[in-house]
Amino acid sequence: MAVAEAQLLEALRAGDGEAFAALVREYHPSLVRVARMYVSTQAAAEEVAQETWLGVLNGLHRFEGRSSLKTWIFRILTNIAKTRAVRDGRTLPFSALQDPGRVPEAAVDADRFLDSEHARWPGHWAVKPVAWPEEALVAGETRERLAEAIEALPATQRAVISLRDIEGWSSDEVRNALDLSETNQRVLLHRARSKVRAALESYLEQA
Amino acid sequence: MSVDVEQLSCQELVELVTDYLEGALSAEDAARFEDHIGRCTACTIYLEQMRQTIALTGRITPASLSPDAERELLEAFCGWRP
Repeated sequence: MAVAEAQLLEALRAGDGEAFAALVREYHPSLVRVARMYVSTQAAAEEVAQETWLGVLNGLHRFEGRSSLKTWIFRILTNIAKTRAVRDGRTLPFSALQDPGRVPEAAVDADRFLDSEHARWPGHWAVKPVAWPEEALVAGETRERLAEAIEALPATQRAVISLRDIEGWSSDEVRNALDLSETNQRVLLHRARSKVRAALESYLEQA
Repeated sequence: MSVDVEQLSCQELVELVTDYLEGALSAEDAARFEDHIGRCTACTIYLEQMRQTIALTGRITPASLSPDAERELLEAFCGWRP
């Protein structure tokens, strides 16, 4: 266990409110986002996240540091969220989560490419991407569109891209927290990033 | 050294971008990927756009906790305090 984490754990066990507040500020929004993968409403996701903190508090004395504190907290969350999803009769997200490859999704629309039977250039660009103007990228509105595109993603993809690209987690951290295989983590990340790129492209083309 | 290796099409390449950026391609596939990028301007632009998308996403401020929610959670902690 890292020194900082050991100290944090000691503070938490001693009932240090500031240490708990710091932990809550750091992870609560991500907990809600991940919970949204399993439950159908924002309110239910908030409840799952709150329940997670109670689980954390109750389990603190048992935590042995075999995983990081972060991984442990997210494991508690996924257990609670899964139980809740079963109770609410939601089973579909699990199969989609376990094997996103079962439902194919193209990064770029097939009609942007020449036919695979094309005599000279099979599978090459028919409508090529155009380089984005640097000044449009830094514009506030572009950033708003980007945030909207992320919001519009399916919950599993949104959770993965948020943790990886906004919160800056490593792929291993995301895999452990969300209980995903390496491949599935990458598939979800790929789809999320590809859709966000496509949304930016269609916005920047109009602008 | 690109002798007799089947070349990637643009349509195939776009599906490998994340694997490439994550370092998940085999050495051989990474070489095919880079070989294609080396001679295809459109795919070079596409790869750059994916990088720009990632960089831009990284500039979004992480979601923060509302003061109300924080207070509620801290009250729960006070109730639990040993």
